[in-house]
Amino acid sequence: MILVNNDTKLVVQGITGSEGSFHTEQMLEYGTKVVAGVTPGKGGQTTETGVPIFNTVQEARDKAQANTSVIFVPPPFAADAIMEAVDAELDLVICITEGIPTADMVKVHAYMADKKTRMVGPNCPGVISPGAGKIGIMPGFIHQEGKVGVISRSGTLTYEAVHQLSSRGIGQSTCIGIGGDPIIGSNFIDLLNLFNQDDGTDAVVMIGEIGGTAEEEAAEWAQKHFTKPIVAFIAGTTAPPGRRMGHAGAIISGGKGTASDKIAALKAAGIAVSESPAGIGELMEEILKK
Amino acid sequence: MNIHEYQAKEIFRKYNVPVPNGGVAYSAEEALNVAKSLDSNIFVVKAQIHAGGRGKAGGVKIAKNLDEVTLYANEILGKTLITHQTGLAGKTVGRLLVEEGIDIARELYMGIVLDRQTGQFVFMVSIEGGMEIEKVASETPEKIIKEWIEPGMGLQAFQARKLAYALGLQGVQVREAVKFMFALWNAFNASDASLVEINPLVVTGSGHVMALDAKMNFDDNALYRQAEIFKYRDLSEEEPSEVEASSYNLNYIKLDGNVGCMVNGAGLAMGTMDIIKLYGGEPANFLDVGGVANPDTVSNGFRIIMSDSNVKAVLINIFGGIVRCDRVAMGIILALEKVKVSVPIVVRLAGTNAEEGARLLANSDIDFIVATSLAEAAEKVTAAIKE
Repeated sequence: MILVNNDTKLVVQGITGSEGSFHTEQMLEYGTKVVAGVTPGKGGQTTETGVPIFNTVQEARDKAQANTSVIFVPPPFAADAIMEAVDAELDLVICITEGIPTADMVKVHAYMADKKTRMVGPNCPGVISPGAGKIGIMPGFIHQEGKVGVISRSGTLTYEAVHQLSSRGIGQSTCIGIGGDPIIGSNFIDLLNLFNQDDGTDAVVMIGEIGGTAEEEAAEWAQKHFTKPIVAFIAGTTAPPGRRMGHAGAIISGGKGTASDKIAALKAAGIAVSESPAGIGELMEEILKK
Repeated sequence: MNIHEYQAKEIFRKYNVPVPNGGVAYSAEEALNVAKSLDSNIFVVKAQIHAGGRGKAGGVKIAKNLDEVTLYANEILGKTLITHQTGLAGKTVGRLLVEEGIDIARELYMGIVLDRQTGQFVFMVSIEGGMEIEKVASETPEKIIKEWIEPGMGLQAFQARKLAYALGLQGVQVREAVKFMFALWNAFNASDASLVEINPLVVTGSGHVMALDAKMNFDDNALYRQAEIFKYRDLSEEEPSEVEASSYNLNYIKLDGNVGCMVNGAGLAMGTMDIIKLYGGEPANFLDVGGVANPDTVSNGFRIIMSDSNVKAVLINIFGGIVRCDRVAMGIILALEKVKVSVPIVVRLAGTNAEEGARLLANSDIDFIVATSLAEAAEKVTAAIKE
């Protein structure tokens, strides 16, 4: 497994909001070690679920040994929340928030450049290492412990792929939703690199979609460096150009970012591509049998 | 969000980016009045629609006198323009921009976009003005010169000078272009723009740098803090069903097919469209109902899908995570009491409480076609349209 393991100690930023409090409960139920929450002005209180609340992330780190953060803060304040977690030198910050202005993320991206913290998201379902911990909003019960990694730009489509894997008895090492925005913290290559070094991962499912060139870059990188099999799916073959398909980053513009370009690049790199979103589990099953 | 050229030029003026004198007109009479107010004897009458390629489609005319302004205004207003960006249905012109004619010595290109690879905004210029920039980018990428903007620092003078020299500008024009670029960067930055394009950027006969055209797009995520920009939204440029959907907080995009679909999550919604196509159908829409598939969102979704008369069957694909499938099933049943749907409905529920959900659907009075897997759902919905 990567990113989330038994040593993960989580702080929830925005823990007293409706999303934050609901998902804190869900994460605790799954067995995630939630050691702290942060809501400025509510420091000193404790949630109904017994999690201590602090005013700052630094305090959550110093007093509760938090090493990972998840962010449920509303869009206008989310960029600031990310930078606060980075400033507190946590290992990992996972931003669930959807709808952060691009200009804010440009600043966050620059701010993080020489810092130690890794970011996943924003606009993502989070990260789960089945059995070890769930950080985010994904349904825990569809996952199974195992040795296939999943990296995806989507939310529910990831659940669909995981469901296909689990129902075939193929468990997952770690599943990461990298987010549907144009600027994200960790991209396919960053995470493929981690999976490459992870003995607990034998193969990876990669789910991309229209917009940008991240899949093309990942294909080129994987061909040179990645030593394990990959099964890929690209959503949006039928998406019209120039329209934002839900995710801020899912848009074909100026003829760039089409599904067919991405599929061609993946295939050229020797990666198995499922034509159908219903065929991801089956294709992985075939590959693992070889 | 997109805006019109005349609106982008209003923003340009506010930030001191030089543009030709002119104004918007909704009728031939107004067009004539705008022309009369200009100190010029040549005028340009430009159709205002949210699409490029207007010139080739007959939406831009040069008028050599005031009578011609009236003539062309009457000709263009109400006309449906079909360009490479409008789709086959085209767009009907409801507004004109009337401007003074400009004596053009050189046509250049300038733009600012987000570079997703570096996570920075990038300034781009090219001497190939007036051309389709996508074409220049793919055929002669070396003709596009770029400078990346350091966040927090903004555009630097040396960068603007480099771009100005790359455009072959000389002497006083360089100074003017640098000033121009700073003004443009300010306009872009202050308004949370996601794209600005000036094609062509011109050098006038008297040697001045000016934005002859102006295109601006804005980051939808930032509109909450851009009240002035949001006022520029022109609902008549948008598909009515999409406007209605957005008022319900539904993410809907109308397409040309006959299989309506309702899905939770954007990626799965795209995947559902793709699998419909794979099984021989054509998706009629993209619709992401989001995380809460309650009776209200589902009935609004049905209403919008069914407003498209091409729809011959509907596929509902919900992957229940936090949202429970039995609740979604109840929502679907309740919604169908409110909205009449006369075409076959295929429902596929997966995830949390999927079996209870399927049982509720099967026991209801409504004739659902229930599927358990995504492939089965696609197969059943495409079979339904063939019957």
